[in-house]
Amino acid sequence: MLKYTPDHEWLALTGDVATVGITQHAVEQLGDLVFVQLPDVGAKVAKGDGAAVVESVKAASDVYAPLDGEIVEVNQAIVDDPSLVNSDPAGKGWFFKLKLADVGAMSALLDEAGYKALIGADHA
Amino acid sequence: MMSADATTHELPLSEPNLKRTPLHALHLTLGARMVPFAGYDMPVQYTAGVLKEHLAVRAGAGLFDVSHMGQIALRAKSGDLADAALALERLVPVDVLGIGVGRQRYGLFTNDAGGILDDLMIANRGDHLLLVVNAACKAADEAHLREHLSQTCEIGVLERALLALQGPGAEVALTRLAPECAGMRFMDVREISILGAPCIASRSGYTGEDGFEISVPSAKAAKIAGALLAEGDVLPIGLGARDSLRLEAGMCLYGSDVDATTTPVEASLSWAIQGVRRTGGARAGRFPGAAIILEQLCTGPQRLRVGLKPQGRAPVRGGSVLYSQAEDGPQIGTVTSGGFGPSADAPVAMGYVPAAFAKPGMRVFAEVRGKRLPVDVATLPFITPRYKRA
Repeated sequence: MLKYTPDHEWLALTGDVATVGITQHAVEQLGDLVFVQLPDVGAKVAKGDGAAVVESVKAASDVYAPLDGEIVEVNQAIVDDPSLVNSDPAGKGWFFKLKLADVGAMSALLDEAGYKALIGADHA
Repeated sequence: MMSADATTHELPLSEPNLKRTPLHALHLTLGARMVPFAGYDMPVQYTAGVLKEHLAVRAGAGLFDVSHMGQIALRAKSGDLADAALALERLVPVDVLGIGVGRQRYGLFTNDAGGILDDLMIANRGDHLLLVVNAACKAADEAHLREHLSQTCEIGVLERALLALQGPGAEVALTRLAPECAGMRFMDVREISILGAPCIASRSGYTGEDGFEISVPSAKAAKIAGALLAEGDVLPIGLGARDSLRLEAGMCLYGSDVDATTTPVEASLSWAIQGVRRTGGARAGRFPGAAIILEQLCTGPQRLRVGLKPQGRAPVRGGSVLYSQAEDGPQIGTVTSGGFGPSADAPVAMGYVPAAFAKPGMRVFAEVRGKRLPVDVATLPFITPRYKRA
């Protein structure tokens, strides 16, 4: 199941663990990334907490925890090479894996059509 | 995530008060992302993006629209340029009289506290001085000139476009249209003809690379820019890369690294104050803030602008507080500009530290997201400039 947040994160659920990344739209807005800071494995986060930081040449942005849970894995590859996020935000550019406190909370997030409508509205 | 770019101001879609340069339509055609800057609608990047645009300038050539900057002509009412030079010397701590015909110098308007009102280029055009000033200050600079120089000088704002062509490939690109520019060396200024239009070119820039800054008639600006971009070896470059290029080159951004509270000496710009204007020189002092500035030249300032090299991968931005210790202890300074240097492939920054810390290799700490990150004082620039001096 692939879901999205209004803050331009995507979540791909396997069991009760969601892989989280940022969307192509977010990457286009940010420009070339030069730095990524990921949360610690084992960190417990609440929905809306700052979980990661990305920096482009010009500015920093926060990536938020999309749902309550525990960080069980982080993607060191994007720390070593932030450009992976730009080149493959939906694949190799994933940020962290979040063991969800409540899998059911996924249903309240946006589906692909809902997210597309959201960003489409931005461009109107 | 938050709406991303901190330099993109949230605005309603139509911003009727933003001014446009003569190249505005061209920017849109080229796919520029536009942002407000100094009251103008300006390109922050084109489709290549800031990183690629920055690298393209150092590897080849890039074209910048800097038409938002001010161009002001100063003529002596007496008809003798020396009188205009001497008049301007009352406002800048620079040897203006000594600028030869066809040459230019970097200058600073100072205030009575010894602070900097603006930084500018001053060119000797034979029968007038041509001043190029920052966009955000141009109205105040014009008023400043009128207030102090109207008795002796005619002051005229030039409504012309300004292009910057920068990079090791700049000469090849410009000589295609104006062969006479090949003989110019760094800080020369001359009239050149491009596509039949009378232009004024200086061999100078804001990137640390060889290049030209070209004043062109507004009506011809789009055509000339198009001709420079046509061969494909010149990329359009936005303000985003302009900032990362000048930061790596150790150059000040007015309003960030220098302002009304920083003296030229504190700002490590003493080199711009020639000996003739210093204590003991033939035309010492007699500019605003002279007492403080000349005193600092003799005894040294309390603080100095230095390069800063963060030791990790995290950029350290302007506004970050500097400490001497990893924990506790008071603030000792501030970062005034910082970001990622694509050519340095590392974060780079500059800021002010107490004079005792202003030695390359000194370790200080910058607060970023609540943590103190180690930063080393570093010499500027972060790259090797490639000006065509000889």
